[in-house]
Amino acid sequence: MSSRPEFQAPPEIFYNDVEARKYTNSSHIQHIQTKLSERALELLALPGDGIPRLLLDIGCGSGLSGESLSESGHHWIGLDISQAMLDVALDREVEGDLVHGDMGQGLGLRTGVIDGAISISAVQWLCNADKSSHEPRLRLKTFFGSLYRSLARGARAVFQVYPESVAQRELITSFAMRAGFSGGVVVDYPHSTKRRKEFLVLTCGPPSVSTALPTGKVEDEESCSDASSDDGDERTVSISERHRPTKKRKLTKKVRGRQWVLQKKEQMRKKGNIVPPDTKYTARKRKARF
Amino acid sequence: MRLLTHNMLSCNIKGVTNGFPLRIEVEKSMEKEVDFNIDFLKSIFSKVEWTALVEAARSLGYNDLPEEVVDSSTMLESSDFLKKFHHALLELHLEEGALICPETGRRFPVNKGIPNMLLHEDEV
Repeated sequence: MSSRPEFQAPPEIFYNDVEARKYTNSSHIQHIQTKLSERALELLALPGDGIPRLLLDIGCGSGLSGESLSESGHHWIGLDISQAMLDVALDREVEGDLVHGDMGQGLGLRTGVIDGAISISAVQWLCNADKSSHEPRLRLKTFFGSLYRSLARGARAVFQVYPESVAQRELITSFAMRAGFSGGVVVDYPHSTKRRKEFLVLTCGPPSVSTALPTGKVEDEESCSDASSDDGDERTVSISERHRPTKKRKLTKKVRGRQWVLQKKEQMRKKGNIVPPDTKYTARKRKARF
Repeated sequence: MRLLTHNMLSCNIKGVTNGFPLRIEVEKSMEKEVDFNIDFLKSIFSKVEWTALVEAARSLGYNDLPEEVVDSSTMLESSDFLKKFHHALLELHLEEGALICPETGRRFPVNKGIPNMLLHEDEV
């Protein structure tokens, strides 16, 4: 069975009571979720004037990501489809408001009221058809359309996604662009399979200077020359390897000469073994064409 | 659910053009104290539909909000007004009840403060 939860069951069924508690109580997941939401908040690039904003957390789950928002002093509204996850969030007494809803059905918010939206590991769920009435493309279109309407002009939306393939990433991005967003994918740690994280950073409104894409985080400067932004790392092949000088073959093998061979043959003869006679061909070096 | 959220939610059923404001049916409401932040109130004021907020606060039994805001810049300087605004927007919670779409009359139940905005398949 695949390890991806979205292949196993629809979100409202996969995150049942047991799974929701397990998910929220795991300190590893807590740590990752907190880091991801902090990074997402950083990518939101809210003006640093200290005024709390009204943010949206799409797929808020048990409110792990919302906690980072609360810590920064913002007010948030969380949307999730799993009742069990929302119950856990209630138990944890998160500060934001929770709404039980399906992002594929549209957000149902007024126009232009939200100052920013984050979503941690949720949008890839939209790409699955869990019911016969689900059509992933339509759901993506509805979702991005309603998000675009509810965001204030110039506001940003940051989605941390785990796309299953390049095609899926392109599907998500293309529907975001069609809804009117500008922006693209920011990849953190593109060279590490474990730490690699992808963020879809979208800005409401046409492209401008302020919508320039932030760059992803990397471990060290040297290794990032070919993959600093977008998904270029998938397509460009690093050619740095080719210019490296080839290693000189080591010549440590001891070549023993004709004298040594003749001596050995003499020894074998003395022992009584049958040894071919010594000729001009004995221990002669091969010609270069071999 | 705070009235802030109520003020942002609208009915999402396909074909509904005027799904705001959702009417509130109260079974249980409560108050929770929240830190007072003037900057937030000032910045959110322009986004709040005032009549909807007054209406919602009234249905939760809070009648102190002025009917309409004539001069918002001077009103936002008065701490008395800001306190009332803060209380209505962030401290009043709808715990149990329902939200009702003004156009179709569809009920969205609210349980433990969480409105259930899931739509049926024929409403998408």
